[in-house]
Amino acid sequence: MAIDWFPLWLSLRVAALSTAVAFVIGLWLAWLLARSPFRGRDAVSAAVTLPLVLPPTVLGYYLLVLLGSSSPLGQFYEWVFNQPLVFTWQAAVVAALFHTVPLLIHFTLAALESVDASFERAARTLGASEWRVFWHVSLPLAWKPVLAATALAFARSMGDFGITLMIAGNIPGHTQTLSVAVYDAAASGNGATARALVLVISAIALLVLWLANRLARTTFSFSAGQGRR
Amino acid sequence: MIDARIRKRFPAGKGSSAFELDIHLKTSSPVTVLFGPSGCGKTLILDAIAGFVTPDEGRILVGDDLLFDVAARVSLPPRERRCGYVFQQFALFPHMTLKENLSFAADCLPRSERRGRIAEMLHQFHLGEAGGRKPHELSAGEKQRASIARALLANPRVLLLDEPSRGLDPELRAELHALLEQVAAAFRLPIIIVTHDLDECFALGDQMVVLDNGRVVQSGQPADILDAPATSAVARLLGRHNLIPAEIVALDPSRQLGRLRCFPESDDSFEILAPYLPGHLLGARVTFAIRADRVIAAPESQSVAGSVPLDLAHVSLRPQTARLHFASGVTAELPLRAFEPHRHNRNWSVRFPPEAIRLMKP
Repeated sequence: MAIDWFPLWLSLRVAALSTAVAFVIGLWLAWLLARSPFRGRDAVSAAVTLPLVLPPTVLGYYLLVLLGSSSPLGQFYEWVFNQPLVFTWQAAVVAALFHTVPLLIHFTLAALESVDASFERAARTLGASEWRVFWHVSLPLAWKPVLAATALAFARSMGDFGITLMIAGNIPGHTQTLSVAVYDAAASGNGATARALVLVISAIALLVLWLANRLARTTFSFSAGQGRR
Repeated sequence: MIDARIRKRFPAGKGSSAFELDIHLKTSSPVTVLFGPSGCGKTLILDAIAGFVTPDEGRILVGDDLLFDVAARVSLPPRERRCGYVFQQFALFPHMTLKENLSFAADCLPRSERRGRIAEMLHQFHLGEAGGRKPHELSAGEKQRASIARALLANPRVLLLDEPSRGLDPELRAELHALLEQVAAAFRLPIIIVTHDLDECFALGDQMVVLDNGRVVQSGQPADILDAPATSAVARLLGRHNLIPAEIVALDPSRQLGRLRCFPESDDSFEILAPYLPGHLLGARVTFAIRADRVIAAPESQSVAGSVPLDLAHVSLRPQTARLHFASGVTAELPLRAFEPHRHNRNWSVRFPPEAIRLMKP
C-alpha cells in the first residue's frame, strides 16, 4: 500500500511557519525581558512559560474558546481571511506556536543574558539606541545559541499532537500532521505506515538536534576582556 | 567642571551587607583620580555619572549640562549623557574589527565627517596598521588605545576610565599614563579615573579623591594627601605610613616642641621629639602618622642625637628601595643604595623628624 506523504509536507510547512513566527515573537519578548528589570517582569516570564507545563488538552481548549468562530478573535480572523481558523492547517501553526515561542524565549533570553553587560553599556555610552544595541551588539554576540534554539523549536513544532488535534483536527489531506497521522495509522492497525512515519519524524528530529548541538558546541562565549574564548 | 552629589543605598542581600554611597564630588581639574579600596564605591560613581546606576538622591552636572537631578526629575539615559567610558576590560565589540568599532562610535557624527575622523583617530592613537583586525588579534596596548579612541570619537563631555591600568605591565602602564596626559591636553575634556594604585594617582591626578566605604574621606593634590593624610583611615589606605599610638609626655610652647612616648602600652616603648601639639594635654593618648620614607634609619654605630635603637625584624626589597620592618612595629623605607652596605646589620637607630609627624584625628 502506498504511503500518503502529505502529513510529512504539512508538518514541515507548519514547523517552518511556526518557527518563523515564533522567532520574531520570541526575539522581541526575550529582548524585552533581557533589558533592565521592569514591573511585572516575573509575571510575563511565568505567562510565557505556562504553555510548557499545561496539559495540551487544556491549551487546546483555551484556543478553541479564544479562536472559535463565536469568539471575537475568531470572527476577526474570519473577516480578514474569509474562512474560520479552527480546523484548518493554519490552526496547526497556531498550535505549534504554543511550544516554539516559550522555547525560543527561554533560550534566547539565556543567550542574551550571557553577553557581557559591558559591551551593551559601552554601546549606550557611544550614543546607540536600544534598538541599535540589540541588532548590532547583543544579537550578533548571541546569534549561535539563538540559532540553536530556533532549530530546537523547529524540531519541537514537528511533533505537536494534543493541541493540533484539538484545534486543527484530523482531516486527512487537509489538517492531518505527521504526529496525528502516526496516531491515526497505529489506531487503525496500519503498522507499515505508522513505522515509516515514525522513522521519518525520528530521523528529522535527530538531524535537527545534531545541528543544534553542533551550533551550541561551536558557540563562542564572549567576555569583555579576552574576546573569543 | 563636574559637580556630582550622589546618594545611593543598597540594602543587605544574600552574601552582601548593606552599603550606602553618599558623596559630593566637585572638581574642575583636568584629571581627577578616585582612589580607594575595592568595594568603596569608586566604580559606582562612574556608573552613576554615565547613567548605569540611578541615585536615590542627588544631582549630576558636567560643565553646564545637567545629567541627573532627583528634585527636577531629570535623568538622561546613558546614550544621551555623552560620557565616554573606558571599561576595565576595554569592552571592544569582539565581532567587529577595530575600524568597525570606531565606526560604531562615529555614527553620532555628521556623515561627511565620519571617515575623516576615524582615520584621524587611527593615526593619532598609532592604530593605523590594526584597523582591520578584531579585538582578540590586538595587543593589550592596542586594545587600551582603541578603547580610548572609540570613547573619544563619540564626542564626549567627560571621559571616565575604570581602573585603566589593571593587569598592564609597567611599560604599558607608563605608555597609558603618557597617552592620557596627551588626551587631557589635546581634547580638553575632564577625565575621571578610578584606581587603587597610589602611583597612578601621582602619575595622572591633578586632583585626588580618597574614598572609603562609600564616603569621600579626603581630597586634594596627591602629594598633599600623602604628606598629610586627614585620618588614620586615609593613612591606612595610602599604605605608606606608620600609624603609631603615643602618649604626650612633654609640651613646651616656648620652643614649639613636644615629646611623645611611642607604643606606651608596650615594653618596647620609646620617647621621641615631636612638634608642639596645641589643644592637647599632657598624658593624652594620640595616634600619629609618619611616612615610612620620612623615617631616618641608620646602623646603630652611626646613630645621631634624638634617635632610638630598634631591632630589625625583617626586610622587604623593592626595585628602588628597602623596607625595614622593626620589631616594635615601625617601618622605615630607605633607598636601596643606602641599605645595601648594611644589609646584615640587625641593630639600627631610628629617628622621627618632628616636621614629618602628623597627628591623626581620633
